[in-house]
Amino acid sequence: MGRVHSIETMGALDGPGLRMVVFLQGCPLRCRYCHNPDTWAAQGGEERSAAELAARAARYKRFFGREGGVTFSGGEPLMQAEFVLECVQALHGAGIHCALDTGAGLWNEAAARLFDAVDLVILDVKHSDPAEFRRLTGGDIGTLDQALAHLRATQKPVWARQVIVEGYTQSAEQVCALKEKLAGIHVAKIELLPYHTLGVHKWKALGIPYALEGVKPPSAEEMAALNALVR
Amino acid sequence: MDHRWNGFLGGAWTERIDVRDFIQRNYTPYEGGAGFLAGATARTKALNEKYLALREQELQKGGVLDIDTEHVSSLLNYGPGYLDKDNELIVGLQTEKPLCRSVNPFGGMRMVLSACRAYGYELSDTVKEEFKYRTTHNDGVFRVYTEQMRKARHTGIITGLPDAYGRGRIIGDYRRVALYGTDALIEWKKRDFAALGKKPMDDENIRLMEEVSRQIDFLGRLCKMAEMYGCDISHPAANAREAIQWTYFAYLAAIKEQNGAAMSLGRVSTFLDIYIERDLRAGTLTEEEAQELMDQFVLKLRMSRQLRTPEYNELFAGDPNWVTESVGGMGEDGRTLVTKNSYRVLNTLYTLLPAPEPNLTVLWSEKLPEPFKRFCAKVSIDTDSIQYENDDLMRPRFGDDYAIACCVSAARIGKEMQFFGARCNFAKLLLLALNGGRDEKSGDQVGPEEPVIGSGPLDYAEVKARFDRYVSWIADLYVNTMNVIHYMHDKYAYEKIQMALHDTNVHRYMSFGMAGLSVTADSLSAIQYARVTPLFDERGLVTDFQVEGEFPCYGNDDDRADDIAKALCHDFITELRKHKTYRNAEHTLSILTITSNVVYGKKTGNTPDGRRAGEPFAPGANPMHGREKSGALASLNSVSKLSYDDCRDGISNTFTVTPGTLGADEGERVQNLVSLLDGYFALDGTHAAHHLNVNVLNRATLEDAMEHPENYPNLTIRVSGYAVNFVRLSRAQQLEVLSRTFHDAM
Repeated sequence: MGRVHSIETMGALDGPGLRMVVFLQGCPLRCRYCHNPDTWAAQGGEERSAAELAARAARYKRFFGREGGVTFSGGEPLMQAEFVLECVQALHGAGIHCALDTGAGLWNEAAARLFDAVDLVILDVKHSDPAEFRRLTGGDIGTLDQALAHLRATQKPVWARQVIVEGYTQSAEQVCALKEKLAGIHVAKIELLPYHTLGVHKWKALGIPYALEGVKPPSAEEMAALNALVR
Repeated sequence: MDHRWNGFLGGAWTERIDVRDFIQRNYTPYEGGAGFLAGATARTKALNEKYLALREQELQKGGVLDIDTEHVSSLLNYGPGYLDKDNELIVGLQTEKPLCRSVNPFGGMRMVLSACRAYGYELSDTVKEEFKYRTTHNDGVFRVYTEQMRKARHTGIITGLPDAYGRGRIIGDYRRVALYGTDALIEWKKRDFAALGKKPMDDENIRLMEEVSRQIDFLGRLCKMAEMYGCDISHPAANAREAIQWTYFAYLAAIKEQNGAAMSLGRVSTFLDIYIERDLRAGTLTEEEAQELMDQFVLKLRMSRQLRTPEYNELFAGDPNWVTESVGGMGEDGRTLVTKNSYRVLNTLYTLLPAPEPNLTVLWSEKLPEPFKRFCAKVSIDTDSIQYENDDLMRPRFGDDYAIACCVSAARIGKEMQFFGARCNFAKLLLLALNGGRDEKSGDQVGPEEPVIGSGPLDYAEVKARFDRYVSWIADLYVNTMNVIHYMHDKYAYEKIQMALHDTNVHRYMSFGMAGLSVTADSLSAIQYARVTPLFDERGLVTDFQVEGEFPCYGNDDDRADDIAKALCHDFITELRKHKTYRNAEHTLSILTITSNVVYGKKTGNTPDGRRAGEPFAPGANPMHGREKSGALASLNSVSKLSYDDCRDGISNTFTVTPGTLGADEGERVQNLVSLLDGYFALDGTHAAHHLNVNVLNRATLEDAMEHPENYPNLTIRVSGYAVNFVRLSRAQQLEVLSRTFHDAM
């Protein structure tokens, strides 16, 4: 059984095509811009079995077309890697494409097996610099480096992501550092995502002080300039 | 063969009226992309600007530019009219001036009088005098209506009935005029008349013979109407321009003769493509000229206007005429019915800017050519102006030459017609059942008298048994009310020209409707799965409910709730079928509200699902706003579980998604929308979706349009079964659109 925060039956942004997105409960990182702080606690959510999730996904298979499928997101799905692996095996049995949307907030044997099992890894590289990584996420960059090393070795297809936030990642140097960090990885796509404030109300509801108060989302022009660096 | 048919492959169609056979033998399926399309010519752009300026004036005058109060609308009562004679390739207006509305009192005099007054006009004495000695459809109906029928209508259990206006929803096969010319059509009708004359003269035969003789008369008038514009349509059309012009004349005659709620065009694009292809091959037409002909045709369709009262507009907002054109689909032989002209007609949303009319309806099939699917998706994303209906679902039932009347009603063209019947308010019926037949608002005894339901938490089995008795009662009353209406419509406002463009012996549908499906399903679900306690007012009537606990809602792909919705439809049509219909019409049911979900909500008290009195229902078969908690695909799955065979008149679903949710860039959005449509319309035994309106827009755009309507003259959005100019909606309707679910991922 796994702990699931929620299910969005139509996701079109987390992986190719139309996808059912499973948000798993629990995350070791505390990213300052997190728009799902309600997924942090490991004990929340609802208990679901892999069979239940696979049956649910099968109901939407007709919408998936050639590209779509299921994406495991969170939270940090690696916290429940064994459970997610069980889900992936069931979904593959039904011919459904599986993607893993992770920040590599932890790394272990189970995580590596899950990386190998999924069809696509969507890797959120929070920051390339160890100190900045800690300042932004509260975590250690070591697990990300281990995940990258594994991806370099296995050549698993990766969509790399970074949230662009003023004062942290919003600079040409940082985006170039991101590209360097991804050297040797089978990167199918790099997505720079503008920081947004749509999740702020959740922080307020949970009574957690919001560290990025007053930080402005990047403008379309600023994003275009940074995107030009990764094209 | 007639020399005007040179270059066409002959067949059965030359021996009898058979437009489908002509199409099948002569059309050119097109599997390629949109690259061949041409833009608008300078001439068409200038013409369109003239029209847009008039439309702007119309809007500033409160929605009606002008009314001709001197004449009664018919085929020959006006001289020719033009928008800009020198630049018009396709001609013909309803009256002598563009956008000037005609009066048509055959449906009912009161509607005409009050519509004229609402816009500052007074009907001329000549017309008033003439109708003193005539019975209108409305007069006829009210001569016969029983006390019970009046009450059901008055309290709003059944509303929107076509008893004071034209019933519409009948599609003439306007293509016949282009293919055969009026002489041949008259000849065929005369033969039918002679054959009927040999049969015993019973009621039905006499009625039909009188109808055919009126059809013949009106085919002659159609020919004369065209003559006023300098065209001889007694013979077949000889080229593309004539084919479009002849087809348009036939349609124009229909909208001059009838002020029907929905006056649909049919399925003309692929038919017209045959003429365009022939001219292109002969070198007498270029692609740019072909597009220009279609642009000018569509511009004329956009100029069609009918005079309606402000109350009518409250039911059917935005001044719609449902000039529905069905595009695409597959043939029974497996070839696609998509032609280059399917692209051209959709391209008018770019060449002439987006607009609600004609109501462009794509007949979607899994097997449609991929480039066409992608083009349609792009048009939806860019314009929010088209709707989709499931060809794979309809083709086995209606063949491959059917069209959509109004929003979602399919019929074989020229072979089937329908008696339109608005809808029954099911949520209100549930309240009526709980209150023992009394209206929760007025307190009047409307239905059969039973004791008001007892106090304490509602017992599902008891409520359901009670509700079933009232469904059975309303089905009887509804069928009989419809019989009265359509008997009188045939008698006093018969559609001469539209029926002249049908086979003499037609199959008839009687199309009933249901409003409030999701509210009723969720209410029954609440009673079954949560604890619902009725609250009584001083009259002893149930007027509110206390709901404790959770219950599944329709729209979340949860079979517990979805099965309730499905059973509501099944049980209703089963009850309706028990009652004999006028002219042995086949009973059908639609789950479609148009924009009347707002008015129905206004007339309905608090419901057990937690909806407050006066709040709008969800439109059509949509789940209730904000109760879809599992995302868009779950919602689509719920709707597609309703059975099309129970709801053969159509199941309308309106889907709104923000662009950012559909994909990161245009390419992804197009591909994802194609996947969504392919998935929604896939038939797998459990799911059989029928219709989808697609809007791809941001709430902020609509909010801005409410504040600054002048910046959004062409902002078009899909509502239940049709499209509207957003700025022409009333504020209440705009707010209701905004309150609907915009599928939006966080």
